[in-house]
Amino acid sequence: MRTGTLLWAGLEVPQEEYLHPGHLACQGCGAALAMRLVLKAVGGDVMVVLPACCWTIIDGPFPYHALRVPLLHTAFETAAAAAAGVKAGLEVLGDTRTQVIAWAGDGGTFDIGLQALSGAAERNEDILYICYDNEAYMNTGIQRSSATPLGAWTTTTPEAHPEDRPKKDLMAIMAAHRIPYAATATVAFPDDLIRKARKAKGIRGTRLLHILAPCPPGWRMESERMIKVSRLAVATGAFPLFEVEEGTRYTLTYRPAGLPLKEYLKLQGRFAHLTEDQIAVLEKQVEARWKELLELHARTHGTVEDIPVVPFGG
Amino acid sequence: MITASATKVITGNHAVSYGVLLSRVQVISAYPITPQTQVVELLSEFVASGKMAARFITVESEHSAMAACIGAASVGARTFTATSSQGLALMHEMLHWASGARLPIVMANINRALAPPWSIWTDQTDSLAQRDTGWMQIYVETSQEALDSIILGFKVSERVLLPTMVVLDAFLLSHTAEPVEIYDQGRVDEFLPPFSAPYRLKPGVPQALGGLADPGVYFEFRVKLQEAMEKAREAILEEGKRFAKLFGRFYGLVQEEFMEDAEMVIVTAGAMAGTARAAVRELRNEGRKVGLVRIRVFRPFPFVELRQILGGRKKVAVLDRNLSLGHHGIFYEEVKSALYPMAARPLVVGYVLGLGGRDVRPEDIQAIVDDLEMREEAPEIVWWGVKR
Ligand SMILES: Cc1ncc(C[n+]2csc(CCOP(=O)(O)OP(=O)(O)O)c2C)c(N)n1
Ligand SMILES: [Mg+2]
Repeated sequence: MRTGTLLWAGLEVPQEEYLHPGHLACQGCGAALAMRLVLKAVGGDVMVVLPACCWTIIDGPFPYHALRVPLLHTAFETAAAAAAGVKAGLEVLGDTRTQVIAWAGDGGTFDIGLQALSGAAERNEDILYICYDNEAYMNTGIQRSSATPLGAWTTTTPEAHPEDRPKKDLMAIMAAHRIPYAATATVAFPDDLIRKARKAKGIRGTRLLHILAPCPPGWRMESERMIKVSRLAVATGAFPLFEVEEGTRYTLTYRPAGLPLKEYLKLQGRFAHLTEDQIAVLEKQVEARWKELLELHARTHGTVEDIPVVPFGG
Repeated sequence: MITASATKVITGNHAVSYGVLLSRVQVISAYPITPQTQVVELLSEFVASGKMAARFITVESEHSAMAACIGAASVGARTFTATSSQGLALMHEMLHWASGARLPIVMANINRALAPPWSIWTDQTDSLAQRDTGWMQIYVETSQEALDSIILGFKVSERVLLPTMVVLDAFLLSHTAEPVEIYDQGRVDEFLPPFSAPYRLKPGVPQALGGLADPGVYFEFRVKLQEAMEKAREAILEEGKRFAKLFGRFYGLVQEEFMEDAEMVIVTAGAMAGTARAAVRELRNEGRKVGLVRIRVFRPFPFVELRQILGGRKKVAVLDRNLSLGHHGIFYEEVKSALYPMAARPLVVGYVLGLGGRDVRPEDIQAIVDDLEMREEAPEIVWWGVKR
């Protein structure tokens, strides 16, 4: 395997590949890229525990396996519990080195797996929990989850009655568990994603990365727009990038580039039905969230002046 | 470490804990529920005091308890959990997962009736409702058998790569103290060496376990599971004999007593066998030709043994402290299906009794034998001890 780093659009990214070509992801799948980047960051001394989600399919049917690392499939709601078991099993057998990664979708994390995740986090199990968030149940054909944003279309929140509740605040829930490290990231910022994954790797206890992973078919967008949408999610403030240490120390990664939220929404068919008034409501919500996060950052750092503006090439 | 064998007066629950200690389990993951709690409380003490070199994961639910056992067993650790009733029902999805993944997990289930209405008393429906999950099921009669069946459970499970459920009646066994021989560790180690998993997830080896199997391959995995169940019959007997040599106690698939010239036979399982034994002994003293069969292993089901033992008898009463709603008592269903291929079948009558922990006394069983003697055909269900 190639080692060293490679410049990707001017960003340093490790050359090691742990995702073989031939996997079954759709074109422009944010979840596939998220896995590729996380494994580049964390390296091969890992075991992945995978509940039901798109990645169950992406990895390939028996006897195929697209990842270069061991992988345990498990039931939908059990990622955190099964990962805790894997870690305990490895430890009693004398292996304290292998990182155990629970890799779950938003449904498996925000909804059906939240109880097991809360249990593992509260016990501070030594696992790296990664939620790749495509904001709906995509494996089963785009049904809403509690990570689906306000106003979005899904097959269970049809246009006549789109999603009427805001996205659940997973990071606040995890912060309330006082886990040592939680961070958000997205695939259009690979250097940031890799830095956070590496930082998480170096910490013991429950660590969580919440990665926004755009889904072209589910978000009703062109697959070649995936990176742009991921980038706009951050640049417009829709998906803030930040870290929370010990549940209390907040550090914002970037501040938005001041782009209107509309720039993010208009590329996605799932928001196509929204009226100007509805968009205004979403904008207010994004603003309020930023205000909250800036306060948390200021409480930790004494200032918000140190937050860099998102590097956004358009 | 227990260096010398000793007899202690302990409950069935604690006998299970000692069985787990002696089996050198490495990962325990469990959630409390009456009447199982003492099993895990004592195990927590064993782990906390360093008597056991194990990790105890205090999960937030039974579903997670089984998920964590599955995780730990997948990398080759020896794992154990214990539960009861509602907890077992909550685990259901993961019970299928454990057997499908061919993981030799051992669990104790303390039989308790399912709600509503709430009940904490014995009733076999909780475990029997899990009969199709691919777990071996052992119904024990005594605390000693509970301890022994944990050790034997690991031995057989690790040989055939299927999980084992050791089943005890609530209170009648779980909370009743009896003398139990707790063996020295050396002898148990000789019988049950450390687990070396033939298939497991290994760091650095990029294999996936449990991925999507299309219709071209799924079927064969199921056939292999059934073949493993078939092999388990032989394994249970062979390991039972080996165990008997070392520890002086033999356990097979079924236990038969007073059978030599028996014309009528009581078939039952679990602690009720003790009550039935007292009744049958009494009837024998009166000169009546009554025998007793205790089904110890319910999965794999002892078809052959039951045909051999019950063939040629006149009448069989199956006592079920359980009920498959819309069908019959579950042991009754299964005994009938075992006997069906025989040309000359005894009359088999199913008695449902003692649900939700209602007391069953030796007099009840004697009266059941009288009832059986009168019958020329079998009604769907004979309810016993129901208030009308
Ligand atoms: C207990 C259970 N309920 C439902 C399902 C069906 N199911 C499989 S994947 C899935 C959705 C997964 O959504 P998410 O976690 O967001 O991952 P994604 O598919 O979006 O990648 C559902 C509902 C299941 N496998 N198990
Ligand atoms: Mg999803």
